Amino acid sequence: MRILRQPGIVVSIAIVLLTVAVMLWPSLFATHDPYEGVAVDRLQAPNGTYLFGTDNLGRDLYSRVVYGAFLSLASAGAAVLVGVVVGAVVGLLSGFVGGRFDFVVMRFVDVLIAVPSILLALIVVAGLGFGPWSVALGVGLGATGSFTRIMRSQVVRVRNEEYVEAARTLGVRWPSILFSHILPNSARPVVAYAALELGTAILAVSALSFLGFGAQPPEPEWGSLVSAGRDFVSTAWWLSVVPGIVILVIVLAVNRLARAIGENR
Amino acid sequence: MTDNLLTVEGLVVDYASRAGTTHAVRGVDFAVPRGAIVAIVGESGSGKSTISQSLVRSLAEGGSIVSGSIVFDGRDLVRLPERALRDIRGSEIGFVPQDPSNSLNPLLRVGEQIAETLRLHKKLSRADAAAEAVRILDEVGIPDAAARAGQYPHELSGGMKQRVLIGIAWACTPKLVIADEPTSALDVTVQRHVLDRLERLAREHGTSVLLITHDLAVAADRADLIVVMHRGLVVETGTAAEVLGSPKHEYTRELVAAAPGLSSDRLAARDVGVGTASEALTLGFGPRAAATTPNILEVEHLTKTFRLKSAGVATAFTAADDVSFAIPRGSTFSIVGESGSGKTTTARMVARITAADSGSIRFDGDDVTALAGDALRQLRRRIQVVYQNPFGSLDPTMSVTRIVTEPLRAFRIGSRSQRAETARALLDAVRLDPGLADRRPTQLSGGQRQRVAIARALALGPELLVLDEPVSALDVSVQEQILQLLVDLQAEFGLSYLFISHDLGVIRQVSDHIAVMRLGRIVEQGPARIVMASPAEPYTRELLEAIPGRRHA
Repeated sequence: MRILRQPGIVVSIAIVLLTVAVMLWPSLFATHDPYEGVAVDRLQAPNGTYLFGTDNLGRDLYSRVVYGAFLSLASAGAAVLVGVVVGAVVGLLSGFVGGRFDFVVMRFVDVLIAVPSILLALIVVAGLGFGPWSVALGVGLGATGSFTRIMRSQVVRVRNEEYVEAARTLGVRWPSILFSHILPNSARPVVAYAALELGTAILAVSALSFLGFGAQPPEPEWGSLVSAGRDFVSTAWWLSVVPGIVILVIVLAVNRLARAIGENR
Repeated sequence: MTDNLLTVEGLVVDYASRAGTTHAVRGVDFAVPRGAIVAIVGESGSGKSTISQSLVRSLAEGGSIVSGSIVFDGRDLVRLPERALRDIRGSEIGFVPQDPSNSLNPLLRVGEQIAETLRLHKKLSRADAAAEAVRILDEVGIPDAAARAGQYPHELSGGMKQRVLIGIAWACTPKLVIADEPTSALDVTVQRHVLDRLERLAREHGTSVLLITHDLAVAADRADLIVVMHRGLVVETGTAAEVLGSPKHEYTRELVAAAPGLSSDRLAARDVGVGTASEALTLGFGPRAAATTPNILEVEHLTKTFRLKSAGVATAFTAADDVSFAIPRGSTFSIVGESGSGKTTTARMVARITAADSGSIRFDGDDVTALAGDALRQLRRRIQVVYQNPFGSLDPTMSVTRIVTEPLRAFRIGSRSQRAETARALLDAVRLDPGLADRRPTQLSGGQRQRVAIARALALGPELLVLDEPVSALDVSVQEQILQLLVDLQAEFGLSYLFISHDLGVIRQVSDHIAVMRLGRIVEQGPARIVMASPAEPYTRELLEAIPGRRHA
C-alpha cells in the first residue's frame, strides 16, 4: 500500500479509527461518570486525574467529550446520509429524465446552493424543534444541493456512454439500465464527495449545537461543551478550548482522508 | 561499408512502474542508411514507439535507456548532453506525431507554428520565416497556402493538419524524420495522399525516414527496408520484397497472412465445434420461424437529416440520403465509406437506435420502421449490435459473466445457474477462455473484449448482427482472428451480417455484397467480387487504390 508511506494519512487513519472506537464504546475510554460531578473538584485545570480538567459542576471534561462523541458524530453522519440519499435520488432522476424536468430541478438546486447552508439548517431546526436529529436533518438538506449537482453531472455523462446504448439494443428496460449501469458508474465521485462533506457536517452540527439548537444540557455534545465553557473562558480556558481542539483535529483528519480517497480515484 | 545515418545497437529500454519493471525494448539493432525509408512494423506493445521516443530521448514517465547506443551522424545520442540534443531535435531530426489533432497548438495560426521552428533553428527573421512557412505549406500540398497559413488548427481537416506537421518536421531540412504512425488517425484515401507527400519530400530532399507503423501493408508500399518487431525484439530485417516474399520468422509470416490489404479472398468458414444443439448455448434462443422471404432485411429510401446549430445558424446535414439495399439470409452485406459518409447512421437506423426521417425498414418481411414499446423490444432479440470500440460498449463495473448474461436477464430467461452455464457455453463459442468469466472488461485485451461483446450479441440467438466497425480498434493479427470468428459463427448459427467498415481490405475478407457510401448516398453496390474486381464508379476505384499493400500484392 503506497498510501501508508504518507505519514499524514497514517496519523489521520489512526485518529479516525480511535474516534470511531470512542463513539461506539465510550465506557471503555471514559475515566469518570459524564453526568455526575464531584462538587469539591469543580473548575480544576487539566491534571493526572482529570485529563481535560473539570467544569463548574465538577464533572470530568474528558469523560464528557468521550460520551459526546456519539451524538456529535452520529448526527454529522446522519446529515451526510440525508444529503447523499436525497441528492443521489434527485440527481439521478433529474439527469436521467432530462428535458424540462431537469431544468426545473436544477434551477431549484441553484437556489438551494445560493442560500448559506447554515441558514437553511436553522430554518429546518426552527420548524422541527431543537435537538440533535433535527440539526442533522437541517445540515443534511443544506448539503443536498451539491450532491444533486454532482450526481446529475455524472448521470448525464454515463447516460451517453456506449454501454448504455448497447444495453438498450440488447432489449434491457430503462429501470434496469438505471440501476445496473447508470447508478454503479455514477456513484464514485458522489462517495468521494460524501467523505469530504463529513468534515464539514461535523463543523456545522457543532456550530448549531454551540448556538443551542442541538443537544440540550446535561447531554454532552461537542458544540454545546464549547458553548457551556464560554462563561468561564477567563478563569477556566480549557472548558472551551479543549473540545474545540478535539473538533479541529477530527475534522482535519477526516478531510485529509477524504482527499486521499478522491486522489486515488 | 554502407553509409548509415543512424545506427542503433543493443538498445534496451525499461519502464519502471508500481507493478514492477517492464522490459519494453530488449536489445535491438538496426540501421537507417542515408536517404532511405526504413519502417519499423509491430503491434501495440511490441516496443516500436518506445524506440522512436528513445531516439530523441523523450520517453514516457518511468522509461529509461538501460544500455545500448544510438549513433546519429557520428554522435551517440544516448550519451549526448541534453543541451546538445535540443539542437539536434527539430533541426537535424524532425518528428511527425501520430495524432494530428493533439499535436498543434490550438491558439497559434498554423503558419506561425512553422515559422516558429524556422526562427528557432535557422535563425530566420520574422518576415523571412513567414514567407518560408507559406512556401513549405505549398510544398506539402496544401492548396491556397497563403490563406491557410493564417488559419487556426481547428479550421483544418485531419489530413491537412498532418500535412502541416509534416511541413514542420521538414522545415529545417533535417537529415532524419521520424514518423510515428503518421496516418493511423486518418481516412484511407487521405492516408494515401499524406503518405505520398511524405515519400516525395523524403526522395526530393534525400531525407532518411524512420516510419513507425502497425500496418505491414503501409510499410511494404513505402519503405526500402522493413524491421519487424515483436515483444521488444527485432525478429526480422530486410528489404520490403524479402520480408513479404519470403518471411523467415514465424511471426512475420503471421503478419503477412493477417494484413488485410495483402490477402484478398473472403475467409472460409471453419467448424466452430460447439454444436448448436447444446442446450446451455441456446437457452436464450427464440423459436425461428421458417423463412418466408429471401431477404432478411430490406431497406428502402431511408433518409436521415440532422439539424445542426453552429454559431446560431441552423444548418441541415443529410447523413443518409435515399439509401436502399437488401440483405439475403445468411450472407454478409457490407457498407464501406469514409468518416462522414453516413454508413454508421444507416446502421443505427437499421438497428433502430436512431429513428429514420423517411423510408422503410423491413425485417423478415415485416415493416419495423415505426415499431415501439414491447414490439420493438421483441425485435431487439432478433437484431443485435456489435460496436466498434469494445472499450466503450462494455460496462466497466460488470464482470464478463454478468455482461454476457445481461440480455438473458433482460428477458427473464433461465435461472441464475442456467445463465452462468450459458455464459460459459457462449464464451466457449467465441473461443474465449472461460477462466476469464469473473474478470472485468478493464482486465481484458481489446480482442478479448470484442469477443465478449460478440458473445453477448449471440446470447439471444439473433438473426441479424449489425457490426459497426467491429475490428477497427484492434491490432492487425487480432483483426484477422475476430473476422475469422465472425465468419465461423455466421455458418454455425445461420447469421446475417450488416458489416460497416472504412477499410475495403477488411471488407473483402467477409463480404458477399458491398455498398459504397459517400456523402450519405450509396454510389455503387453489388456482389463483392464484382465491385472489387471491376468498380464502376471512380470513387470506388479511388478507395481500392488507397488500400495499402498494392505495390506488392
